[in-house]
Amino acid sequence: MKNKTILLDHGSGGLAGQELISGLFLKHLGNPVLSVLEDSAVIETGVGRLAFTTDSFVVDPVFFPGGDIGSLAVHGTINDLAMRGARPLCLSLGMILEEGLSLADLELIVISIKESSERAGVPVVTGDTKVVPKGKGDKVFINTSGIGTVPDGVSISASKARPGDIILLSGTIADHGVTILTRRAGISIKGDLKSDTMALHRFVQTLIEALPGAIHTLRDPTRGGMATALSEIAKTSEAGMEIEEACIPIRQEVEAACELLGLDPLYLASEGKCLAFVAPDRSKRALDIMRLQPEGKDAAIIGMVTKGPAGRIVLKTAVGGARLVGPLSGEPLPRIC
Amino acid sequence: MKHLHEFRDKGLASVLATELEQLVDGPVRFMEVCGTHTMAIFRHGLRSILPEDLHLISGPGCPVCVTSAGYIDAFIKVARIPRVTIATFGDMIQVPGTSGSLAHARSRGARVEVVYSPMDALDLADQLPKDLVVFPAIGFETTVPGVAATILEARRRKQKNFTVFSAHKVMPPALDALMSNQGLQIQGLLCPGHVSTIIGAKAYKPLAERYSLPCVIAGFEPIDILQALILLARQAGEGRAEIENAYPRAVSWEGNARAQDLISKVFEPVDAEWRGMGIIPGSGLALRPEFSEFNALERLDIKIPKILEPKGCRCGEILVGWCLPPDCPLFAKGCTPLEPIGPCMVSTEGTCAAYYRYGR
Repeated sequence: MKNKTILLDHGSGGLAGQELISGLFLKHLGNPVLSVLEDSAVIETGVGRLAFTTDSFVVDPVFFPGGDIGSLAVHGTINDLAMRGARPLCLSLGMILEEGLSLADLELIVISIKESSERAGVPVVTGDTKVVPKGKGDKVFINTSGIGTVPDGVSISASKARPGDIILLSGTIADHGVTILTRRAGISIKGDLKSDTMALHRFVQTLIEALPGAIHTLRDPTRGGMATALSEIAKTSEAGMEIEEACIPIRQEVEAACELLGLDPLYLASEGKCLAFVAPDRSKRALDIMRLQPEGKDAAIIGMVTKGPAGRIVLKTAVGGARLVGPLSGEPLPRIC
Repeated sequence: MKHLHEFRDKGLASVLATELEQLVDGPVRFMEVCGTHTMAIFRHGLRSILPEDLHLISGPGCPVCVTSAGYIDAFIKVARIPRVTIATFGDMIQVPGTSGSLAHARSRGARVEVVYSPMDALDLADQLPKDLVVFPAIGFETTVPGVAATILEARRRKQKNFTVFSAHKVMPPALDALMSNQGLQIQGLLCPGHVSTIIGAKAYKPLAERYSLPCVIAGFEPIDILQALILLARQAGEGRAEIENAYPRAVSWEGNARAQDLISKVFEPVDAEWRGMGIIPGSGLALRPEFSEFNALERLDIKIPKILEPKGCRCGEILVGWCLPPDCPLFAKGCTPLEPIGPCMVSTEGTCAAYYRYGR
């Protein structure tokens, strides 16, 4: 805690955030359920297991191509439940509104929440609203929490990736991150850049039910991107990984925007994709099942888990070289040219 | 970007790597001047397919890295002045001065906005009529024409609250200073593609002649870089010292005359301090007196403080190829991208950041 103030970097989903969590939150609040730092907590209740998670959304701009803060808040929390193999039951909705927010905009957001939650079949069952004076917030902040049930026999965790596991990615990377960054910068790129925000629980359930026991780890690569998600799994599972750059699905316009801005798509967020670590003998089947569903039509096998050293991720580059991949450190910033 | 993948073709890369292997039959040291080259070489894992005897030394081509600590401190000091808004490229935000960075200043209430072009900074000035917008102008010949054009536009718009804090630098005098140092033993220069689009291939003629130095201008894709390295290795092997342009799709012999005119219309050469190299005559650019109304240094009466490098930090030596990041006692210990001590760790194009991210 050498720096005495909170920096934006603490919220970018990379190393600074991890340091804040372990150095402050876990220091005071740590317990066996919290300290594993999974996408959602799984709690034994005596009559089955519950998954419980919470997430806050502070996106600027509030409306963006492909979605808005409302749909993002619904999908994000549903996906965090899904990444533990849970079936989402219901959501809470907490809204912090800035004085001066237009009611018409708020209604658009609420309608978007309704539509996303209806489409996903996960209702909002409790809520809260607070208003802060102008300048003390930024239009609207949303918190959603979610509860789900974990079916018997399902045990999916970031600690369960094993050497030999095949790594699948359900679709293209960086769509959401690049859309937000270019919007914020006021840069328009030819082509159709839009956020990929969507709920993945049905997609994941189909996969888990078709291949019982074969799905070891699931993770949605949101803030910090795919590289940070893989790094966290490699660390938690005490394994290494080998990733084939040429196999990573990415849309041409996303790649072009990243080249232009000097951003590495491996560190940009997706909001409707997941990484799946699958037992080697079931990986082909898992890929077929993914591709048969609309959420996974661009799915690909991108690499495998190795013995290690723990946390070491080697990227075989498209041009035939090799290099290491680490977690995000610092805000993703465009370069000076 | 339609042709991006042709410049990353695995089969072609392998053919070029084999050819390079045959050309390099003993230890040889080439310098890649530009930070974007350094990053591309790491990002595409090129080091893993280059001949073992081919040593690539990173040069002083990362604009953030070569900016002296005094300037960084001055930027942060300006950010703390009431009613001043700093409009800066993203790279600058995390660069540490002696007491924190622009990010720290922002977290304590300073107004720091990230912009993607100097023109955005000018637009910001228009939106914030009560503030003085200061654009810290970092960068080489590639960046300068855009800043010059923005200053001319500010004059046309009569924008009174827009200023530029110039820390601009030009490449040829720095390369000359570097190569005059015999100890470095660089046998070839991978010349910067972006800068060369402006200054033209001819700019390297004095270097090639004075120091018998093979110079090859390279693009930034893996195939571009491999091809340029082959040309360098061939020259070195045959004892030639010529300028070859391996990036003809962007770079001409004369360069971009219009951009050169823009630069000389608004800026004039001054002596400038480079991190690791000290004062190099004529290597910096200051606003000409007729544009002083846009000169932040004059409007705010800024003096650049003399700052000693952080204790133990070897950025200065790393910047000029004297040592490699792992040789620095702070590397990956006290100095990480999360808490950088030296500028080579903070800039995405810094050599230390590249080694830390991709090379360890």
